[in-house]
Amino acid sequence: MNAPLSPQTAPAATGYNFAYLDEQTKRMIRRALLKAVAIPGHQVPFAARDMPMPYGWGTGGIQVTAAILGSGDVLKVIDQGADDTTNAVSIRAFFQKTANVAVTTRTAEATVIQTRHRIPEKPLKAGQTLVFQVPIPEPLRFLEPRETETRVMHALADYGLMHVKLYEDIAKHGHIAKTYAYPVEVEGRYVMDPSPIPKFDNPKLSMSPALQLFGAGREKRIYALPPFTRVKSLDFEDHPFEPTRFEAPCALCGATDSYLDEVVTDDRGTRMFVCSDTDHCEERRADGHRGLLAGDDLVDTITREADVERDDGAPIVPLP
Amino acid sequence: MPMPIPISTPPLLEARGLTKFYGDRLGCRDVSFDIREGEVLAIVGESGSGKSTLLSLLSGQLPASAGEVLYRTRAGEIRDLAALSEAERRFLFRTDWGFVHQDAARGLRMGVSAGGNVGERLMAVGARSYGAIRAKAEDWLDRVEIDPTRIDEPPTAYSGGMRQRLQIARNLVTAPRLVFMDEPTGGLDVSVQARLLDLVRRLVADMGLAVIVVTHDLAVARLLSHRIMVMKQGRVIEEGLTDRVLDDPRAAYTQLLVSSILQP
Amino acid sequence: MTHSDPVLSVEGVAKSFVMHLRGGLTIPVVGDVAFTVAAGECVVLGGPSGAGKSSILKMVWGNYGIDRGAIRVRSADRLVDVATATPREILGLRRTTMGYVSQFLRAVPRVATLDVVMEPALAQGLAETEARARAQGLLTRLNVPERLWTLPPATFSGGEQQRVNIARGLIADVDLLLLDEPTASLDAANRAVVVDLIEAKKAAGVAMLGIFHDGDVRDRVATRIVDVSAFAVREIAA
Repeated sequence: MNAPLSPQTAPAATGYNFAYLDEQTKRMIRRALLKAVAIPGHQVPFAARDMPMPYGWGTGGIQVTAAILGSGDVLKVIDQGADDTTNAVSIRAFFQKTANVAVTTRTAEATVIQTRHRIPEKPLKAGQTLVFQVPIPEPLRFLEPRETETRVMHALADYGLMHVKLYEDIAKHGHIAKTYAYPVEVEGRYVMDPSPIPKFDNPKLSMSPALQLFGAGREKRIYALPPFTRVKSLDFEDHPFEPTRFEAPCALCGATDSYLDEVVTDDRGTRMFVCSDTDHCEERRADGHRGLLAGDDLVDTITREADVERDDGAPIVPLP
Repeated sequence: MPMPIPISTPPLLEARGLTKFYGDRLGCRDVSFDIREGEVLAIVGESGSGKSTLLSLLSGQLPASAGEVLYRTRAGEIRDLAALSEAERRFLFRTDWGFVHQDAARGLRMGVSAGGNVGERLMAVGARSYGAIRAKAEDWLDRVEIDPTRIDEPPTAYSGGMRQRLQIARNLVTAPRLVFMDEPTGGLDVSVQARLLDLVRRLVADMGLAVIVVTHDLAVARLLSHRIMVMKQGRVIEEGLTDRVLDDPRAAYTQLLVSSILQP
Repeated sequence: MTHSDPVLSVEGVAKSFVMHLRGGLTIPVVGDVAFTVAAGECVVLGGPSGAGKSSILKMVWGNYGIDRGAIRVRSADRLVDVATATPREILGLRRTTMGYVSQFLRAVPRVATLDVVMEPALAQGLAETEARARAQGLLTRLNVPERLWTLPPATFSGGEQQRVNIARGLIADVDLLLLDEPTASLDAANRAVVVDLIEAKKAAGVAMLGIFHDGDVRDRVATRIVDVSAFAVREIAA
């Protein structure tokens, strides 16, 4: 966060303040952020502004980003892990236009990463800030509809109900069925919705050197995980939390430890599984990693070096 | 109904001069009594007599206009309910107290399975073993005469009597010391009532529970309670040993209540 | 206080019913009742029907309140006045000191006969096995068929209910037994059993206060007869 305290003197687009929001609004949001950082996992109300885009497009995350962005920042925006989807492209363009900041798709180069529903695969570093777009900040919402009551429940750490939900899952499905927005307990105190990230990403929330900020625009809530916060996914002793595992490696880069998206490749139902984190996948391919469907050149490679091992240790076999 | 009553211990709960006004309207006035473990106190009277107000005051759900309710905690401290923090009050409610509502939908989570309903209090106080929670829930379903193989069904699949028994299991799973019951048999068929009352009697005796039961049904009071308080227009007009009050009622209103019962 | 002190001492007791639903009509029951019952004695209340014999038993049991006087029961070297005792003290007396065989059994639905009989013994702290053995012994002696023991007594015949009631009344070790026509609906054989049981209690030093309409039974068990008509209220309150 390199945002200067004084108003920016050289707005990128005329007629708009630096990063769109006016300075008083940014201050208001920063105050909420400071409180959120001071009380990890606690939802802090803030006076969310109307943004020039509809709710559901990440208005909460955008306001948080706008409030922390400085002219020296390098911004990366991802949507479900991808830098090149409409939402990510639009938000990146928005801040290029209103703040003229440098943008990147490389996780390692970014100082601020705004994300919808993923945490990058590459481990984050100290000094980086991850901004989550949050649709529903209240983890107790679907168990207890009254906001007055959920607030009291948070205040008193009265979280038995949360485990009732998990209990019901196990009773019904034999395991905890929740695969995304999987609730976590922050530093043994607040129960928090990590936004709809896959539960695969939950372990990355804990003890991260980066600052993690969460913004919910429609619901006007901000919460945060300061660096090196202990975050535990809720579970039972005899049904411990388990991140999603994939049976196959990424079809493009061969990664076995990344979160995969299913991609339908033709109209006959042929599918492949590829890294949802496009930057991670590209970087691996640039480093020479290859999956089974990475292209003809790959097939050539395989034919030539049939005894080369895949990244997961299994020998690569030629395609039929 | 002889049941052990430890006379030497101090009261578990003591009400002193409890009074509640809703604006100018009287809820109840100057109610005093105490109750110990193993005792069942019935509060009887017609609708609007102040029974439910009193129950809300005693369980700390409503602030009193005057008077106080003292409670002896498990640690042996005597605490004024009004001075408890919300956190302490809730803790009492999910550990040391039970509340059985007339309407099961108020006392149960109708969308959650029976096992989840019974397990909730355990999880609220930190139980984190699914297997242990489930085993305890099964045990309690069995104790309240619900087939444990129906553990995964929601209360909506249960009959009225089963729902009330499930409420009781949900409340007793943390071995509370004090249980409030608000018309627990209201709306149930007579044969279903008898089964529920018998169950409550046994659990009270086995667990040494203190029970404050509000009812307009004198037969329920006779079967369950050691003592009766008769309320009319917010005041206690007669109190005493249950069979004494019912067989030799003194107050005109009590005589009216008793004489209004249909004898089978 | 010595052992020869009475177990029960009724002093100047008066009782009337005020019927508020009938314009406050006062119905006198008894006035100035006074008698004592010592350990090992069986005092029988005599007098015509309606003289208040049953009411006196109910007053001693704490079931009826009284207008005046004292009803002192000796309980573990302490005298408890039933007239002024708290409900808790009366329940304590009923558990430890007094037993009551009423004319009719007020059966709790769904509770098995054996459990009905055992309950007072368990309440006194007797071990379950011993209470069960005692209950079985009493029911056997009173000729209650074993096939009925696991059933609730609500559907039994009058005589069977009466015998269950007697077993329940006699199972606990108490100092004072109140007997309200325990043989009323029994045949001769069972009457004889009850008489034997009463004699045994008497020999064990239990003080008894009873009502027996059957002159034969009364003559066999009574140590003394107290004529209740002597306590009748002569002038009706205006």
